Amino acid sequence: PSSSRVFVVRRDQDIYIQTLRKLFNESHGIFVGLQRSEEELAGKSRKAQLVQVSKNYRSVIRACMEDMHQAAISTRDPALQSQYSTQVSILSAMELIWNLCEILFVEAAAAGPLLLRLLDWVRLHVCDVDNMVREVLSSENPSKHELFWNVVDVFVLQGRMDEARHLLSKEASANPTSVNMYKILDDLMKKMPVPSLGNTQTLTEMELKWQHWHEECQRYLQDGTFASNSHMESICKILLGDEDAILEKKELMTTWYHFLVTRLLYSHPTVKPMELRFYAQACMDLFLGGESSPEPLDTILMAAFEFEMHQVIKECSIALSNWWFVAHLTDLLDHCKLLQSHNLYFGSNMREFLLLEYASGLFSHHSLWQLGVDYFDHCPEYGRVYLELHIERIPLNTEQKALKVLRICEQRQMHEQVRSICKIMAMKALRNNRLGSALSWSIRAKDAAFATLISDRFLKDYCERGCFSDLDLIDNLGPSMLLSDRLTFLGKYREFHRLYGEKRFSEAAKLLLMLMTAHIAPCSFWMTLLTDALPLLEQKEV
Amino acid sequence: QDNRISIWSAGDLGNVGLNGEYQGEPQLLCDIRHNGDVMDMQFLDQERIVVASSTGTVTVFRHHQNNQTLSANQRWEKAHYHVDQDTCCGGAACTGVICNNPEIVTVGEDGRINLFRADQKDAVRTIDNADSSTLHAVTFLRTTEILTVNSIGQLKIWDLRQQRNEPSQIFSLTGDRVPLHCVDRHPNQQHIVATGGQDGMLSIWDIRQGTMPVSLLNAHEAEMWEVHFHPSNPDHLFTCSEDGSLWHWDTSTDISEKTSFLHQGGRSTTYFSHNTINQSVVSAWLSNDPTKDRMEITNLIPNQTLSVNSLDILGPCLVYGTDAEAIYVNRQLFA
Repeated sequence: PSSSRVFVVRRDQDIYIQTLRKLFNESHGIFVGLQRSEEELAGKSRKAQLVQVSKNYRSVIRACMEDMHQAAISTRDPALQSQYSTQVSILSAMELIWNLCEILFVEAAAAGPLLLRLLDWVRLHVCDVDNMVREVLSSENPSKHELFWNVVDVFVLQGRMDEARHLLSKEASANPTSVNMYKILDDLMKKMPVPSLGNTQTLTEMELKWQHWHEECQRYLQDGTFASNSHMESICKILLGDEDAILEKKELMTTWYHFLVTRLLYSHPTVKPMELRFYAQACMDLFLGGESSPEPLDTILMAAFEFEMHQVIKECSIALSNWWFVAHLTDLLDHCKLLQSHNLYFGSNMREFLLLEYASGLFSHHSLWQLGVDYFDHCPEYGRVYLELHIERIPLNTEQKALKVLRICEQRQMHEQVRSICKIMAMKALRNNRLGSALSWSIRAKDAAFATLISDRFLKDYCERGCFSDLDLIDNLGPSMLLSDRLTFLGKYREFHRLYGEKRFSEAAKLLLMLMTAHIAPCSFWMTLLTDALPLLEQKEV
Repeated sequence: QDNRISIWSAGDLGNVGLNGEYQGEPQLLCDIRHNGDVMDMQFLDQERIVVASSTGTVTVFRHHQNNQTLSANQRWEKAHYHVDQDTCCGGAACTGVICNNPEIVTVGEDGRINLFRADQKDAVRTIDNADSSTLHAVTFLRTTEILTVNSIGQLKIWDLRQQRNEPSQIFSLTGDRVPLHCVDRHPNQQHIVATGGQDGMLSIWDIRQGTMPVSLLNAHEAEMWEVHFHPSNPDHLFTCSEDGSLWHWDTSTDISEKTSFLHQGGRSTTYFSHNTINQSVVSAWLSNDPTKDRMEITNLIPNQTLSVNSLDILGPCLVYGTDAEAIYVNRQLFA
């Protein structure tokens, strides 16, 4: 109260929402599919299903990244271009984190396959070196290229043995003196044991083979086989998992997690998931070496390696400006039954909290609110309340929009909201003199009071003008006539006029009598009814 | 709000893969800003598109194929409005448009019917207060007659040659006056009309007889937004709905049944079979129990979520759009 500041409140940047619409729409489909998917599937098939969902989310992120990248290239506005580029890097980081979470949490890769998955992960996401690789490979004489050994190193660091060997063979043919050295190195690289995905060998078998191979490499190194070629010697050291040798290639790895995976590949290929945390911390410290401090992305990845799921979610919530990522990831993890109910102070669990926040954000958009409805539906505790509050605030500028909102309310038995919306639309129609529309809305809401209002309007018009307006409506009321007494009266009164006009006097008289005795006529109309009776009394048949 | 009219290319016929599946996504050729929601649109001719807006304006856009651009060719502002034209907030949504070059008929939430001619600045004819409720859709019955449906469940025929502002015929649903949202006429047999209602019900009418529908088919679980007879294969009907489904109604006779017809009789088989098939088509749509024999109904959408708002068909191609901001193209409809 004492501070004299004015706050400028601004919505989430529209541009942000505009470019991510595809992400929101497609992920909505995946989300709904996941909620509806069969829970009865147990064990492996359920896990496979969840991994597929995770992959689907990631492919949507990548598609969005691609679109954003295209937009960044094609725009000429520098401000827009920088915005798009920022978005691309954020999406890229999101996919990186999600992918790691998929490997560690959703798939829960065990020792053996774990390393292979991590290698794929690194290869997919560390692409700073791609240009260099392309350049060397497409040059006429790769082995003469100045960056040749860099590219060989990149391949070795990423465990891409076949590609490394292929390049080395070019060097060997160009340099006959090192043929012997080359043959030995090539052989070592070929024989390197890697964990298998299938059940062809057990972990112990693999470890044994690996130990054997490791000793062989050690022997060659100590014998000085590669002494005359520093490049090949350094490769051999890398194969032996020599920390310093690997660290020397820092520029080629660019990130500490690449360093981590390389180290694991060449020193502990059968690393167990729970052991990752120790290696991760050590590698990050070594790599950053006290020169730079960890960035938010590094903290998030570290939390993942430490299997601190809640920490991952918390850090992501802070780092990212939008709830999309954490809401969907948490929901997926919850389906994997990985999150214990982490009660927040108002009692709902974290998954629900994040989904509510995300969906509420959607409701501020003039058309994405439709997606938000499904998210609220799957929040068992507070979803309905949130929906009830939000749905009444959607601007209804056309009847079609109102109908869509109504349908949503009716499907969820939100009767209050149905009545309220129909009343608003009926009043609008009445003000615009669209009596038929107004009646249509009252019928939908089964609003007898409003129907009475409309009938009174008609009757008033009749009294003022001496004839009915909108005969097409009154003549064709059908069963909706019964919605309110006044409406029934209106319909029957009109029928009386018609019968009179067709000279069916006895029927007309009977009807008029019924109208008088049935007490459904408004008091103001009694005079009119009696006046109408006068000419009938003069008729012979009556 | 940034609403746009866009033209897409769904690829050449040459771009077909091994199984005849279409490869690649539709490409955006050009687009242009549009003021208000697009409520309905239709091609007037090869180059011009008429668009109905929620602001009550009707615009004709021209697609310049040589440089792939769109431009606004003609505009009728406040074609639909409430109360009087001078009130600034008085625009009423234009809900439906139908073209028969050069004539354009529009209807709207103001219960008004407009008859425009392309390239003429003013409306040729306007029927004010044609309906006391909202007119949801319009289509041509004959070149001089139109069909409209409204929100109190009435199907009306208007004869545009006559000067009086009354419909020449009114049809209503039995029972509750459920609003009707869409209407289409059989391409060959002009007395067969299909309408879709707010309760998802498909009604087939024979406008030669009676004032009530011939058949009522329980279809969707929510509003049926559009109904279309296939223009060249009219024993096929398509409907789409707020419930997220798109149904293909197939009353064509089985191949096996056809051959057995031919084997029976023998004499003048061409004449015989043609006549019978024609009759069976008629009776299929107008029969009181379409669930017997020949009607096959398929939902073309595997994982439905949000509303399918609009569809169109031509030859073997089906196009539809959903509230999930996606457009789907199916180019192998009868494969």
